[in-house]
Amino acid sequence: MRVVAAMSGGVDSAVAAARAVDAGHDVTGIHLALSRNPKSYRTGARGCCTIEDANDARRAADVIGIPFYVWDLSDRFHDDVVEDFMAEYSAGRTPNPCLRCNERIKFAAVLDRALALGFDAVATGHYARLETAADGTVEMHRAVDHGKDQSYVLGVLTQEQLAHSLFPLGGSSKPDVRAEAERRGLSVARKPDSHDICFISDGDTAGWLREKLGAGSGDLVDHATGEVLGRHEGAFGFTIGQRRGLRIGRPTDDGRPRYVLDIEPVSGTVTVGPREELTVDRIEGRAARWCGLPPTGRLEGTVQLRAHGAEHRAVVSASPDDVRIELLEPAEGIAPGQAAVVYDGSRVVGSCTITSATRARTA
Amino acid sequence: MTDLDSTPGDAVYLDHAASTPMLPEAVAAMTRQLPRTGNPSSLHASGRAARRVVEESREAIARALGCRPGEVVLTSGGTESDNLAVKGLFWSRRGADPRRTRVLSTSVEHHAVLDPLHWLAEHEGAEVELLPVDDTGRLDVRALRASVERDPGSVALVSVMWANNEVGTVQPVDEVVEVAREHGIPVHSDAVQAVGQLPVDFAASGVDAMTVTAHKIGGPYGVGALVVRRELDVTPLLHGGGQERDIRSGTIDTPAIAGFAEALRVTVEHRDEQATRLAALRDDLVERVRERVPDVLVNGAAEHRLPGNAHLTFPGCEGDSLLMLLDARGIACSTGSACSAGVPQPSHVLLAMGADAERARGSLRFSLGHTSSTADVDAVVDAIVPVVERARAAGLAGQTRKAG
Repeated sequence: MRVVAAMSGGVDSAVAAARAVDAGHDVTGIHLALSRNPKSYRTGARGCCTIEDANDARRAADVIGIPFYVWDLSDRFHDDVVEDFMAEYSAGRTPNPCLRCNERIKFAAVLDRALALGFDAVATGHYARLETAADGTVEMHRAVDHGKDQSYVLGVLTQEQLAHSLFPLGGSSKPDVRAEAERRGLSVARKPDSHDICFISDGDTAGWLREKLGAGSGDLVDHATGEVLGRHEGAFGFTIGQRRGLRIGRPTDDGRPRYVLDIEPVSGTVTVGPREELTVDRIEGRAARWCGLPPTGRLEGTVQLRAHGAEHRAVVSASPDDVRIELLEPAEGIAPGQAAVVYDGSRVVGSCTITSATRARTA
Repeated sequence: MTDLDSTPGDAVYLDHAASTPMLPEAVAAMTRQLPRTGNPSSLHASGRAARRVVEESREAIARALGCRPGEVVLTSGGTESDNLAVKGLFWSRRGADPRRTRVLSTSVEHHAVLDPLHWLAEHEGAEVELLPVDDTGRLDVRALRASVERDPGSVALVSVMWANNEVGTVQPVDEVVEVAREHGIPVHSDAVQAVGQLPVDFAASGVDAMTVTAHKIGGPYGVGALVVRRELDVTPLLHGGGQERDIRSGTIDTPAIAGFAEALRVTVEHRDEQATRLAALRDDLVERVRERVPDVLVNGAAEHRLPGNAHLTFPGCEGDSLLMLLDARGIACSTGSACSAGVPQPSHVLLAMGADAERARGSLRFSLGHTSSTADVDAVVDAIVPVVERARAAGLAGQTRKAG
């Protein structure tokens, strides 16, 4: 096959590209320029948007012995990922931009362009496994290395996208990949893992949102009494389930800690209360994306509600777009906007964007 | 090394404006010097031998460029020469008269001129005016005249390239000199692309400072010159031993200079026949591409144009898709000037010529040189239809998804 290897400049995508070559594919390395104003050097271990990262990717391509180009997707990335991220936060939701990037950029804009240019597939360094079922459909499964498994952020991929994807690292552990990079003479072998949100270079998401969206200051309110307990400088500094940094002068009557239960985006009101109020077992979602056919009837499986989060046993029922999830193992601190990814064993069934998370008041 | 040696390279190399292969004569002249020892500034026999090579090279460079040997300031290449001319002349002219804060140039200069200008504006209080060009990329001399005459005493220098590196348009340097000379304003011209393709005679041109580089004319990388009149004061960028007329310090690279001089000698000797040959090949390329891709647009000037330059827009395509698809077929060309991180930006030259961003992004530069042949043109003509079809499909793929 003719394969585009998306190369971020990190160790995973470099080894993925090398393995695609070993598998006999005709591989071309592509670095995606996603930032409109790339910085020259990395600060810390974040992101993959600097000129230094592009150079690391180019050096890896040299060593692997494949052609290498930079594709400028900064406008698409800004429109589809960064704007979406801001709009979701403005609406009081908590989005995951990595899922959005996979859905709209890596396995859409890049894949579409690659197919049009005569390539057959896109290979990335994500940790997930693809298997072809007996009926020919491509199934996505969790990676062998559960600690590195990235199937959650790939849960938005459709059958069409999966059929043109390669994840050469799904069967390996991270230490093995680093050791292999070392063996192959790739200088990125010891490069730190990237983490956090790539377009927020200093990692201060709350500060970035304040700068883009304004302060959003408001009241801190008790969930039961409605009493105003204090003021805060910006709602973007809070996430549902947060306990630390509330800066409320008075302790609760019973001395138990308070948690953020709800964030109202327009007024900036942040509601706080006891931990048990965070517990949810009913989740509704929209914008469902199925890796194969949508599940029919009730699916007993598991769901994952955040990247590297726990699995919860659940019963899932779906219409094509809307999803209802009954958690058999309750979850805490679930915010609208997060993605729920549905699994059947190790297999990814699909995903939806959470619109509401509630507690069944049966107890 | 073995890996690099076994790299097949580009079977069809049409990016001579980026760098042209070294001439065998230049390789021989350079390799003759490589094993020899001696700093040309040393006083012993070895030093004197090296100095002799440098000075004979300088004389050969001067003969080829129509200047005096003492006017050749050897540098590390085009970017350094442009920086030295723009900053060095600005500082010395403003030092002599603090009212001289304006620098007049064009909107289509190379970044090696534009970026020093922006730097002077930001850090040194220079007022930079980038004068407009017409839709072929040629300077509007009336605009230059109007700008100079508004306040001639405030102009530190004028910098106008001899020929454009992207679209190949030749500038009316003689008219620029005429305007500036009336008011005693020095003129710098970046002649990196012009030398070897057009008659370039420093003395006859009336230009006061001129940038030249070796690797665009079959010489080695990393060496070039700023030709600058003796009577002109230039504040140095690099301070040290004062090796080059106290304008430029640093140990002189004897082998590279020997290669530079030999490349320049050979190139200028064959310039006219080469220019005629390249223009015919170039016209053949454009015509036969147009027969196959009828909506292709030719950018730049018809008459005032470098003979080796063809700059084409393929509507509906992304230039970098075209480049990649041609590269996969062993054909090397360019989407414009090379850029940091390899991120293609719409060319400032095409935008200044009035092209919209889409036209700017859909363009390719084919630049021909001494190794170019009919076979190269045939290869492009054979490849262009499938390449343009694929690139168009990829361009549309991006648009539909974005619209949806």
